[in-house]
Amino acid sequence: MSRVEAITVRDSLSLSLTVGAYGVAFGAASVANGFSVLQSCLLSLLTFSGASQFAVIGVLGAGGSAISGIATASLLGFRNGLYGAIMAPRLKVKGFKRVVAAQLTIDESTAIALGAQKRSDDAMRHGFWLTGFGVFVFWNLFTLAGAVGAQAMGDTRTWGLDAAVPAAFLGLVWPRLENNRDRALAITSMVFALAMTPILPAGLPIIATAFIALAVGLRR
Amino acid sequence: MNPFWIAVIGTSLIAFALKYAGHSIPQRWLEHPKIQRVNLLIPIALLSALVAVQTFTTKTTVMIDHRLAGVGVAVIALLLKAPFPVVVLSAAIASAAIYNWF
Repeated sequence: MSRVEAITVRDSLSLSLTVGAYGVAFGAASVANGFSVLQSCLLSLLTFSGASQFAVIGVLGAGGSAISGIATASLLGFRNGLYGAIMAPRLKVKGFKRVVAAQLTIDESTAIALGAQKRSDDAMRHGFWLTGFGVFVFWNLFTLAGAVGAQAMGDTRTWGLDAAVPAAFLGLVWPRLENNRDRALAITSMVFALAMTPILPAGLPIIATAFIALAVGLRR
Repeated sequence: MNPFWIAVIGTSLIAFALKYAGHSIPQRWLEHPKIQRVNLLIPIALLSALVAVQTFTTKTTVMIDHRLAGVGVAVIALLLKAPFPVVVLSAAIASAAIYNWF
């Protein structure tokens, strides 16, 4: 392995620490939504994809079934598959290394790698591994801290955690709203999910909005 | 096994399967512009629905309570371009204030 540039280390570690710190919000929200500390930590270790993790705890916390939770999380995890397809020809790894690379394939590691690519292929690979491992370490440590902290709080409503969860979702969706079509889709999905809440079993109103996205995306 | 354990294991297995599948299939299979576009839109729909459901519902009832104050403050924080932790924390503080004082 060739020498790692200082700029790659700096970019990777600062992003890892910032993103990893969100793990506090996940750990706390997970416990507030009825998951145990162990279950919260396993989600961060094994699922290791923020939006999917928030989705599964959000759906079960709202009373949805396990299947609804898994389906919503998996639809959000689909993009990691696309990142994998982008990274595979660039990383060229096989066997156990490919298993590790797959687990570390998330928004942040892919973004840093593609950003570093203009410097060199080595910088791209270093960026991927450093960011992947960095986010993994911090995300899991902060999840544990958040989950243990929330467990110690008792009634999480008195600490505002029940509003922190939708605020976290809002913070995740906000930067994705790039144009009026995106904003219209967001509002339509909110109204649709609320309108269906008294009618459909919990969890289904959320998954059903994926079909609105599908219809919008395939139309043009 | 209770639904929480099923959800933890099922979500984790499928999350890894999706990542590994991406590393194992030819890139051109996923290059179709419609797949790229749907991939950008699905998170917007699902995350927005989660915002609405987590703010305005309890079980199968639609309602307005202290959580709306928290999410309202989160919107203001996002409009002011606050970083993610500030957004979440300010929402929690606003919601807790309303819940504890009224």
